Amino acid sequence: MRASPPAPPLTRAGVLLGARMIMPIVPGIVFFASAFGTAAAQKGMSLTETVLMSGLVYAGTAQLVGLELWTGSWSLTSILGVALLTFTINARLILQGASLQPWIGGLPGPVLWPSLFLLTDANWVLGERYRASGGRDAGVLIGAGATLWVFWVVGTIPGRLAGGFITRPEQFGIDLVMPIFFAAMIVPLWKGRRDAVIWGIAGAVALTAWALLPGYAFIMAGALAGALAGALLPETADAN
Amino acid sequence: MRTDDLLGVDPGTLAAILAMTAATYLCRILGVWMMGHVPITPFVRRGLAALPGSIVIATVLPMAVRGGPVAMLAIGAGFAVMLVRRNELLALIAGLTAATLARAAGL
Repeated sequence: MRASPPAPPLTRAGVLLGARMIMPIVPGIVFFASAFGTAAAQKGMSLTETVLMSGLVYAGTAQLVGLELWTGSWSLTSILGVALLTFTINARLILQGASLQPWIGGLPGPVLWPSLFLLTDANWVLGERYRASGGRDAGVLIGAGATLWVFWVVGTIPGRLAGGFITRPEQFGIDLVMPIFFAAMIVPLWKGRRDAVIWGIAGAVALTAWALLPGYAFIMAGALAGALAGALLPETADAN
Repeated sequence: MRTDDLLGVDPGTLAAILAMTAATYLCRILGVWMMGHVPITPFVRRGLAALPGSIVIATVLPMAVRGGPVAMLAIGAGFAVMLVRRNELLALIAGLTAATLARAAGL
């Protein structure tokens, strides 16, 4: 039953390549982390709590949105509420993981499951870019994720300590770092005219879902529509 | 609120952080785990192959529209520079510069 793909290579060179490939987004991520640290300070979180959250949750948008529900006293209900909110915001990672499965699913369990802790938008999209250009080394995903994790956690600290270090992150477009990075990645992910149909459907459904549904459901709706279109659309010979 | 206690950890806050950690980790492993239990037919393989681009498009387009002119300019600038130069760093710099200028201009 279990359709395990062949194990991909995982080399030190791949890890280093991933670390190098992620560098362009590091400055933006450090500013984002600082903005989170500032927001955490305003919510009365201690330095330890702030660093724990960045280190364990490691998901910027969910951390910032989660803070909006932050309270001085926690009940089981409010804890479940913040967990549910986190799940809905991060549900896109389920699809990202699914897309990675044919590549990394064959890794031994003791390597695969811990390394998935490092899965996040930036190393996922870099990994897909690397794979689209013929790469197979799973180390790229891990190296990029681990590098970003270090900068994300360390970057949280000055924001928490300095308080008003960055009071209006949106002034410098910090909130747009990931969308810009994703938009840039559209270019290397393009494989031919067939993608225009698939992406057109994904985009149209995502925009419709955004207008009609709450939260981040539009990512799931659009991505699943695109995947279905891709599954139904026969592969043609054109590859340009 | 215990802002004066720099290193302390409130048990309730810790529980909330751990709950968020579990929810996020579940998202991180669920897709990989599920696809490991689905036979990879040509239909499924084509669907998975279409996922990366679809996820990126389904994320970027609504965020551009939601963010208004500033986000559209920033995202458009990043995309355009990538198209011409194929360099992520330049694309990010262009996008963030566009956002900063657009906001300074009062957009």
